[in-house]
Amino acid sequence: MSSGHELPRWLDLGVLPLFNLALALLVCGIVVLVIGLDPGQVLSLLAKGAFGSRMGISYTLYYATTFVFTGLAVAVAFHGGLFNIGGEGQAMLGGIGTALVALALADHWPAWLVLPLMTLAAAAFGLAWAAVPAALQAWRGSHVVITTIMFNFIASALLSWLLINVLKEPGNMTVESRSFGPGAHVPAVHEVLGALGIEWPRSPLNLSVLLAAASAALVYLLVWRTRPGYMLRAVGFAPEAARYAGIGPRAQVMFSMMLSGAFAGLVGINEVAGVHGRLLLDYVVGAGFAGIAVSLIGRNHPVGIVLASLLFGALYQGGAELAFEIPGFSRDMVFTLQGLIVLFSGAMAQVAAPTLARAWFAIERRLAPRPAHG
Amino acid sequence: MATAAPAVAMRGIRKRFGAVAANDGADLTVARASVHGIVGENGAGKSTLMSILYGLIGADSGSIEVDGAAVQIRHSRDAMQFGIGMVHQHFMLVETFSALDNVLLGAEPGWHLPGARAQARVQLQALMRDSGLQVRLDAMVEDLPVGERQRLEILKALYRGARILILDEPTAVLTPQETDQLFVTLRQLRARGTTILLITHKLREIMALTDAVTVMRAGRVVLDCATADTTMDALAQAMVGRRVQLGRGAAAAAAPYGAPLLQAEHLRWRDAAGVTRLGDVSLTLHAGEIVGIAGVSGNGQSELLDALAGLLQPDAGELQLAGRRFTPARWLDPSTARDLALAHVPEDRQLRGLVLPFVAWESAVLGYHARPRYDRRGWMRHGAMLADAIVMMDRYDVRPRDARIRSGQFSGGNQQKLVLAREAMPEPRVLLVGQPTRGVDIGAIEFIHGRLRAMRDAGGAILVVSSELDEILALADRVLVMNRGRISGELPIDACTEGALGRLMGDAGAADAAFAQGAPA
Repeated sequence: MSSGHELPRWLDLGVLPLFNLALALLVCGIVVLVIGLDPGQVLSLLAKGAFGSRMGISYTLYYATTFVFTGLAVAVAFHGGLFNIGGEGQAMLGGIGTALVALALADHWPAWLVLPLMTLAAAAFGLAWAAVPAALQAWRGSHVVITTIMFNFIASALLSWLLINVLKEPGNMTVESRSFGPGAHVPAVHEVLGALGIEWPRSPLNLSVLLAAASAALVYLLVWRTRPGYMLRAVGFAPEAARYAGIGPRAQVMFSMMLSGAFAGLVGINEVAGVHGRLLLDYVVGAGFAGIAVSLIGRNHPVGIVLASLLFGALYQGGAELAFEIPGFSRDMVFTLQGLIVLFSGAMAQVAAPTLARAWFAIERRLAPRPAHG
Repeated sequence: MATAAPAVAMRGIRKRFGAVAANDGADLTVARASVHGIVGENGAGKSTLMSILYGLIGADSGSIEVDGAAVQIRHSRDAMQFGIGMVHQHFMLVETFSALDNVLLGAEPGWHLPGARAQARVQLQALMRDSGLQVRLDAMVEDLPVGERQRLEILKALYRGARILILDEPTAVLTPQETDQLFVTLRQLRARGTTILLITHKLREIMALTDAVTVMRAGRVVLDCATADTTMDALAQAMVGRRVQLGRGAAAAAAPYGAPLLQAEHLRWRDAAGVTRLGDVSLTLHAGEIVGIAGVSGNGQSELLDALAGLLQPDAGELQLAGRRFTPARWLDPSTARDLALAHVPEDRQLRGLVLPFVAWESAVLGYHARPRYDRRGWMRHGAMLADAIVMMDRYDVRPRDARIRSGQFSGGNQQKLVLAREAMPEPRVLLVGQPTRGVDIGAIEFIHGRLRAMRDAGGAILVVSSELDEILALADRVLVMNRGRISGELPIDACTEGALGRLMGDAGAADAAFAQGAPA
């Protein structure tokens, strides 16, 4: 048993994550040192690449947008007591939904009509893809961890089949659909800012970033402020207590998984509609799995997920910059750094907690005997 | 043998946890070859004192003598070396190992296990002959009934050379029959010269078994005497610090019953393994009465409670509640039950009664979360939830009085009061209560019993399922006894004697193996 003392909130949510991050960076520094590079230079280049320019910031935010969607997807399922590893496949389906609506309507219909429909389709396709494993779990007891992984492969195969046999433009040698019509164009941030008279460098960052921010707020309200959220958490924390309270677990499994799938599906808006303007093969590239790490580091809370997404976005962007700037610092090294940060901030997030708690209570005790002066 | 040095002498033990003094200068002297009881309410410091003796935690100050010699116990290894063994309330056994391997675990003489097993088996068989502790050495622990697991724990301690045995709430998980068996064993061990320290909150056991008793309150020893020189009332008073009225007292004379509020007829249910858990159970609850269900736990009481609360759909039978009739095809569900003013305090408050990670004001509306008072078009009304939680905590004296603490951080007794407060809040007409005071200390028992009587006097129909005969006798106006899934008899409270009830509980001690094994531990 632990000592029974809980850490004060500011220590638990503020100091502990920073401490973990510092620890991760320290180990990263040692690794960098071992391969014969200057850790200070690498870290400052990483930070500069991610935040040092308007361009860098834009890319960081663009990556973060996708991670917010997949991170929220993992968190929503987690609060319902489920581990959704199918973010990858659900995001692919979201892209397919986006593309089908765009290809069907965007040539003739105006953007103000097509964009909401695309968003709905992205969410609906992700939702439907998550609903199947959810139903298998709820009625047949097939574990979602297994079925969602399998559904990732099926999604990937489905996407290939669609692109090769149905959506590929005749005469085009690459496996991709034709470009979407003008109605499917999600305004890029530099376009919007340019229209407002603010100069901003060209980047893939588009208005999906606002959708991500709204999704984070929605998840907070839904999970902690509404009755469905209350029921979701009751089932997630204590299925027997929920049953006692008259909350049917099946409906909750369906609800949390479908909601989860819907958020993962929104990745399609950012990547397929926002950046590429056409459906292609590899627009998810591990974002679904990164969402698991993001949610873990963000303690499954929307605020934490947004911060963790920014961290991941910064690592992606800064890492790309690093690989470009320093010869010999390969993409693999960047992955190593990312891995270390996931290890310390995610998997081992609570390892330092007892030490920190002891230190804090020692300080507290030293302060306590002094007479209070008001 | 000739020396009169006590087996254990602890002097001036102090231990602080943060701002709380768990032990505040506690003294304890235990005579050799005696059974010494230690009682006190939850949080009185008895477990802390024993953990210090067993080396699980270090004292801030104080001294310990074993057999008259001053010792330093820094670790449980030290304690074992001085012949001190401990059996925890929650068993420390590997379920997928055999009993024999559990004894060996941590005391293996070397790498060659088959030899060690053979050697240990010989020693254990001699030990079992001497002590009367019978355990099937080759059975997997997961297949052993609770009582046998406990004997295994004791055997394990003796095998490691324990002459001083600490038992922490040993009877909490035992049926009355297993308890009797344990007491026989403990007396036998005492006759062999083993010193036994018994932590419990059941005063009846203290009176039945111990030679001397120490009462602790707020980290101090408030009473220390020979058991023969004290009474249960005196002990209860010392524990709580004021006079306690347990039992029926004068307030028990209930008015004649009112109209029937709940009627269950011929309920039958078989579990997935085909064992009959409910075999033709019928009962009626009237306004203004408390009906007690007595019986050895695992004889269908839990299933009956679940069926009446809508958590279990029986195979056959019928239920009438608030003018509505339910059959297995369309059985009652928990939400409908609440809508029909039936409230349910579940037997397991930690598994069912509360969502432990929820803060108290979230758990305080569990089951009632969809009522308009807490739910405005899908939005939870946190203000109303918090306000009501504070009212509940005030009415039922839940401590600490802070609705923002997580439900899991309250002590067992306070969790129980919170669940009871929640279920009483909407003023139900029918209240089902499973094990109202399991693990709850004496002061809170008195309080909870008082509340249940008050609800009865206000015209409620209350069903109490308890494995504590004392509790049934203290609360009920009418007693039903369950045995092997059937009601084996009904007695008005005036006709209830322990003998009469015991006969109806009857051959429960020899209940089917299937029944006993399926029973929740």
